Amino acid sequence: MTIPMDNFDKLSIILAVLTAVASGLLGSFALMRRMALAGDAFSHIALPGIALALLFHVNPIIGGAVALIIGAFIIWRVEKLSGLNTEAVTGVLFTVSLALGALTIGQDHELVDTLFGGISKFSVYEFIIGVIVALIIIIFVIYRRHALVLSLISKDLAKTAHLSTEKLEWQFLLLFALTVVLGLKFLGVLLMGSLIIIPAAIARNLAHNLNSLLIISALSAVLAMVGGMILSTYFALQLGPAIIIVAGGLFVLSLLRVRSI
Amino acid sequence: MAANKNKNILQVEKLSVRLSQELIIEDLSFCVDRGEHLTIIGPNGSGKTTLFKALIGVIPYTGTITWASDTVIGYVPQKLDIDRNLPLSLNDFLQSKNYHLKPTDLKKYLDLVHLSERLLPKPLGFLSGGEFQRAMMTLALIGDSNVLLFDEPTAGIDEPSEEEIYETMHRLQAEKGVTIITISHDLSLVNRYADNVLCLNRRGLCYGHPHEIANPSTLAKVFGTKRYKHYDHTHG
Repeated sequence: MTIPMDNFDKLSIILAVLTAVASGLLGSFALMRRMALAGDAFSHIALPGIALALLFHVNPIIGGAVALIIGAFIIWRVEKLSGLNTEAVTGVLFTVSLALGALTIGQDHELVDTLFGGISKFSVYEFIIGVIVALIIIIFVIYRRHALVLSLISKDLAKTAHLSTEKLEWQFLLLFALTVVLGLKFLGVLLMGSLIIIPAAIARNLAHNLNSLLIISALSAVLAMVGGMILSTYFALQLGPAIIIVAGGLFVLSLLRVRSI
Repeated sequence: MAANKNKNILQVEKLSVRLSQELIIEDLSFCVDRGEHLTIIGPNGSGKTTLFKALIGVIPYTGTITWASDTVIGYVPQKLDIDRNLPLSLNDFLQSKNYHLKPTDLKKYLDLVHLSERLLPKPLGFLSGGEFQRAMMTLALIGDSNVLLFDEPTAGIDEPSEEEIYETMHRLQAEKGVTIITISHDLSLVNRYADNVLCLNRRGLCYGHPHEIANPSTLAKVFGTKRYKHYDHTHG
């Protein structure tokens, strides 16, 4: 197993924090949409794309991004046509993707980083794209939070309020896929889903309303990300597992103060 | 065809709905006047909720459904798609439909259904069944809806709250001229509050004033057997 670099440069830290905020915000809605496990499974859809990218010596993040965006589209279409829920469709696509990825990737050394995250330096180009994507996700969730709540309450009711739930659903899935892409370098395919869901679960335990849910979720994700970076530096740990250990610790702490209604 | 603006707010003609190859509603026609309270009754699986979904345009159908041009529909579904115990306050819930609402406007809607402002910061899970139904009604009214479609207003709430919900609907109808279309199982409340009743069992089996409809032979025809609840009330 490769050991991640001991220090993170400024660009990595900025992008890590923005990625965490995007994950925390989006995760709050993923949790409310009962996509907790779908979040985990979703990230695995990146695997065949990453495997193909490695095979053809292309940036693996680009491969993962393409696979995830195609995956999001397939989930959206199949969900609409078959009437299955997101979790079921993602579950099917996830196992098929994992199998395809495993067949393609072989025994590549980069596999460990792909699975568990292991950051190398970001290029300026990667950094700029990453920051733009993270900001789009953050602004979307903040700006559309009321519409997202209405579509959660009842799709039929949302339609009587002239809200296009199909469009919103597609935008959400696409941004979900992009959030996973953002986190792949930090956490890897196996763990990225957890950065989306654990902070949201922490916030679910502590929050009393939508704004506090979003704020607590984003803050927990940032704490987990930065805490994980520090842990991985001091104890020479793989970055992805270090982040999730911090997130898991925060979740346990949140159980001590579960909101009482 | 345009609905008669002065009288009808809704005109349904030869409506048929087929879902997954099964004919749920067949050749149904009826009209609803402005300010009327129409209640739809029928056994489980008779197509009541399907009719609502067709009326709000979320499922395909054949035939015509014509709403008056100034119609603003407020829909209260029977079930929510989400868990009520999520960290969403009543304020989050109501603002989801229009987050530009000023507190004074929100208060106006809450007053219409007799819901206290003090409940606004409370999580939805904190509300009683009756309060939650009134919160649903408030959400439906936001946007100055002039038609309220209410699917099973009294499902899962206790009897005094049932009464309050019907009283609230009656007040909205009387004071604001809101047209109300409800689906109900409770024939005693239907008898007291509805202006007209539509009995549905795939086709529209009967239509008229509750006292004309609520007789044992009509009800047996609609519900198939004597599996219905029927109490007479005398008005003093």
